[in-house]
Amino acid sequence: MPEVAHAADRRDAAWWIDRAVQILVLAGGLSAIVFIAGIFVFITREGAGFVFDRFDFREFFGSPRWTPTSSHNPTYGALALIAGTASVTGLAMVVSVPFSLGAAIYIGEFATGRVRETLKVLVELLAAIPSVVWGFIGLSIMNPLIIQVFDVPVGLNVLNSGVILGLMAAPIMTTIAEDALKAVPDTYREAAEAMGATRWQVTLKVVLPAARNGLVAATLLGVGRGFGETMAVLMASGHSINLPTSPFDSVRALTATIAAELGETAAGSDHYGALFVLGIFLFLVTFAINFAADVFVRGGQRKHRRRGRRPAASANP
Amino acid sequence: MKDLTTKPALVPCTLALAAALIAACGGGSGSRSVIQNKGSDTLVNVAQAWAEEYAALRPGTAVAVTGGGSGTGIAAMINGTVDIANSSRKMKDSELELARGNGNEPIEFVVGYDALAIFVHPDNPLDEISLEQLAALYGEGGEIDTWSQYGVEVPGCGSDEIVRVSRQNNSGTYVYFREAVLGDRRDFRLGSRDMHGSKDVVDLVENTPCAIGYSGLAYANDHVKMPCVRQGEDGDCVSPTVETAIDGSYPIARPLFMYTAGEPEGAIGEYIDWVLSDEGQCIIYDKGYAPRDDVDCS
Repeated sequence: MPEVAHAADRRDAAWWIDRAVQILVLAGGLSAIVFIAGIFVFITREGAGFVFDRFDFREFFGSPRWTPTSSHNPTYGALALIAGTASVTGLAMVVSVPFSLGAAIYIGEFATGRVRETLKVLVELLAAIPSVVWGFIGLSIMNPLIIQVFDVPVGLNVLNSGVILGLMAAPIMTTIAEDALKAVPDTYREAAEAMGATRWQVTLKVVLPAARNGLVAATLLGVGRGFGETMAVLMASGHSINLPTSPFDSVRALTATIAAELGETAAGSDHYGALFVLGIFLFLVTFAINFAADVFVRGGQRKHRRRGRRPAASANP
Repeated sequence: MKDLTTKPALVPCTLALAAALIAACGGGSGSRSVIQNKGSDTLVNVAQAWAEEYAALRPGTAVAVTGGGSGTGIAAMINGTVDIANSSRKMKDSELELARGNGNEPIEFVVGYDALAIFVHPDNPLDEISLEQLAALYGEGGEIDTWSQYGVEVPGCGSDEIVRVSRQNNSGTYVYFREAVLGDRRDFRLGSRDMHGSKDVVDLVENTPCAIGYSGLAYANDHVKMPCVRQGEDGDCVSPTVETAIDGSYPIARPLFMYTAGEPEGAIGEYIDWVLSDEGQCIIYDKGYAPRDDVDCS
């Protein structure tokens, strides 16, 4: 504050430290913007050549033929890859939404004391398992299990990677959903209880509707997580170009395609550019999802501010 | 450069320094040279073995081996970031052109041969398969989808569907298989499971009764079966072995390459000479590949 500096005019060590820390923190805050912009510029620049020279909108979004190394007729149809990512993420949400919402409701509304703290730690621990370990579980445990239980030819498919991805997305969704429940002011609960509602009625009729936006945001962030996951999906999905018609079909994800092919592609070739276009597409989709989640979270906060007291804990992570 | 201040790095560094000093005292060139060697996943095990053996033999030269696939090695050769590129396929004309454009004239050395084996589950009764049958399975427009079309019934594979296992589309093995089995102008049929390493193919086939896959012979183990392969309907059916790869009777045996940027000189030249010597060739034989010529390794 300039006035303070003028009035006291005492630039001692504490003052300089204060300034230095302010600048450091500002740099930290700005770096996020710089990195995002830098990443976007980089992938756009690498993909731009392909977009202008070779890109065919109808082929990219309409054809499942991804044959970039064909000797006579390379084609760059990403439809099967998009369908693969979408099907795996969709199934993952079917698995993880009930689990994580249930867990969040239990931790946030029913559990107390030590049970609650233990559960919170365990859920966060689940988020710390490396994705390659999840992939390994998919490859060596789920694969033979699915073959045996469902009598299908191969267990590396949408079902396998969807379940794995659902388990991976559940912790982050649980944590955010629980924050959303916590953000509902206690006055809501007290009012409902005063009218004779049971705990479950309070949760179902009052807390969940009030936290709706935060819960939608939690689900959207889970979708974003699923869209961007690479290693586990690469290992568990079968990595096969397919338009899936059942959960037992092998598929190939956008992320896995980039991971598998980029390392062996000559820089600057069409194939290299096409992989970067996949990257741009992924970036835009996850950006849109996160943006939507943010909008929902903000909407939820405004509502509570208008109707009740300002929430004790912010739902904004 | 690697960080040499950390403790684990210090020990080999000191050793290397000592080795260089000894070499200098012995009247050698004095400086220690590091050869960067990168590429083929098929060759990576044997390249590692060569490097280790050579390090014991000539402490003055270190060979740093990295895998990643033939495409990776060739890309590095084009960009001039490796001394020796390993490849399980020949460099394409376009790639040679690119490398020359950057001032690197790639020189090709055949360092051995590999039989590309076809793998099926051990319970699979399939004993032989022809190249035409493989093309009808893997090639675009192919019409084989079920094991009964091959005339076998596979226990444990109730659906009868053939699970095609292939490789990622930049692998040298993938490119060789396309050229040798499908022909120059035919693509793979989409929908195969594209594994990201030679070993992954064998692992998946081992655990999947309906599966069939292709990979280097060196990756064979006791839990998979390798049917013999015939060329044409009445050709001899030849099993994939080191011997049939050497005498050329196995129809899908391929040369394995090392590429250097320009005629190899100095330490790189000595290393290539040693790899091609009887001693080097016996190491590739031990690893399950075929040497260039008949060598006596007993």
